[in-house]
Amino acid sequence: MDLELMINSLPKLLNAAVITLKLLSVSLIIGLFIGLFFAILRLNKNIFINRFAYGYSYVFRGTPLLVQIFIIYFGLGQIEYLRSTVLWVILKEPYWCAIIAFALNTGAYTSEILRSAFQTIKPGIIEAGKSLGISNKVIFYKIQIPIAIRQSLPAYGNEIILMMKGTSLASTVTIMDLTGVAKYIISTTFKPIEVFIVAGGIYLFMTFMIHNVIKFLEKKYSFN
Amino acid sequence: MELLAFGDTGWGDELFYATLMTIAVSLTAMFIGFLFALIFTPLKLSKNKFLNFIANSYTTIIRGVPELLVIYLFFFGGTGAVMFVASIFGYNEYIEINAFITGAFAIGIISGAYSTEVFRGAIQSIDKGQFEAANVLGLNKFGKFLKIILPQTLRLAIPNLSNIWQITLKDTSLISVTGLVEIMRQSYIAAGSTRDPLFFYSFAAVLYLLLTFVSMKLINRLEVKYSRGY
Repeated sequence: MDLELMINSLPKLLNAAVITLKLLSVSLIIGLFIGLFFAILRLNKNIFINRFAYGYSYVFRGTPLLVQIFIIYFGLGQIEYLRSTVLWVILKEPYWCAIIAFALNTGAYTSEILRSAFQTIKPGIIEAGKSLGISNKVIFYKIQIPIAIRQSLPAYGNEIILMMKGTSLASTVTIMDLTGVAKYIISTTFKPIEVFIVAGGIYLFMTFMIHNVIKFLEKKYSFN
Repeated sequence: MELLAFGDTGWGDELFYATLMTIAVSLTAMFIGFLFALIFTPLKLSKNKFLNFIANSYTTIIRGVPELLVIYLFFFGGTGAVMFVASIFGYNEYIEINAFITGAFAIGIISGAYSTEVFRGAIQSIDKGQFEAANVLGLNKFGKFLKIILPQTLRLAIPNLSNIWQITLKDTSLISVTGLVEIMRQSYIAAGSTRDPLFFYSFAAVLYLLLTFVSMKLINRLEVKYSRGY
């Protein structure tokens, strides 16, 4: 055990953990909107809109995140037309490519979580709203969404943790996140176990914190 | 389409073998995962606090740390560990472990942690009366497990195990960082030499979709088979 290396690498790894958290939070926020959008499309009665939303979530859940990042980072740059548009400013940055891939990926999972949450809302609750003369729009925003959020909290908590682990793939497109820096230190010092303990410890701590925040929210929004 | 031709001109046969490699490494990893679950599920269910602690540490650490980090640990650390063991027996030459074994082991340990949780949940949800009835019938420990507990556990566990299979299948794409030529690595090579990453990575995505689709169909059949009594 090389304790000195562990202590020396801790500040570097903690700095890298900040990048991991940034990647995670930005992609979760964008992903939540994408997820909500596609969950609403899934509830649509039009079969084409419905199929489109299902296809989106099927493709993004059925392929590895690594493939998605590579298509966006290496693949899209190949299209000449894209290079001449404003989008290129974003797409040439590995950071934003990673975020787009993460957001689309977590969006697919989030849309499934929210859809099942919407579907488990008892029809009686919506009917009660209607009989009180509340408009459909208000019923959706004030009744369905809050209940759906409460219903989907446990599953969404899991998704946040999975996504946090997913951000490690950013290191494959040259971003120095926690895994990227850990890999760099391992490949320069050849001390994989020590670095794994420190980096893994930081990841575990973040998992633990997310887990507790979700537990707290679940308690706060529970029906009793 | 000529990019996908078989033979020397296209990448069709290379990608075909790479797909077989992905299937092989996924199946091996899933099998190693089952072996780990076989060891750790009893530890989780045991009344001994220390054994509980060991099993809980395993599942918590593996499920809380990114897969890629675990793969790097095995990739960089595996050789060292094997050479250390070999040096005890007096062998001091350089030993290189196969990328297939390293990768399958790393992914297997990860899928084992998830499988352990699934089996624990399934066994715990079996009615106590079933254990007692087996005792009354005079079945020995082995017979009780094989004939009464296991079939019921499988019925409850198959839907979750099919999720784990999907995760494992997708996780094998990460082994490409160690140089094992599976779908992802082969696409990377093809994309590099033809300068057509969009096509090859999209094709890789299609291959993965195909694998998940076909395996879902097969697993659904298993599900029907094991729930025929219900």
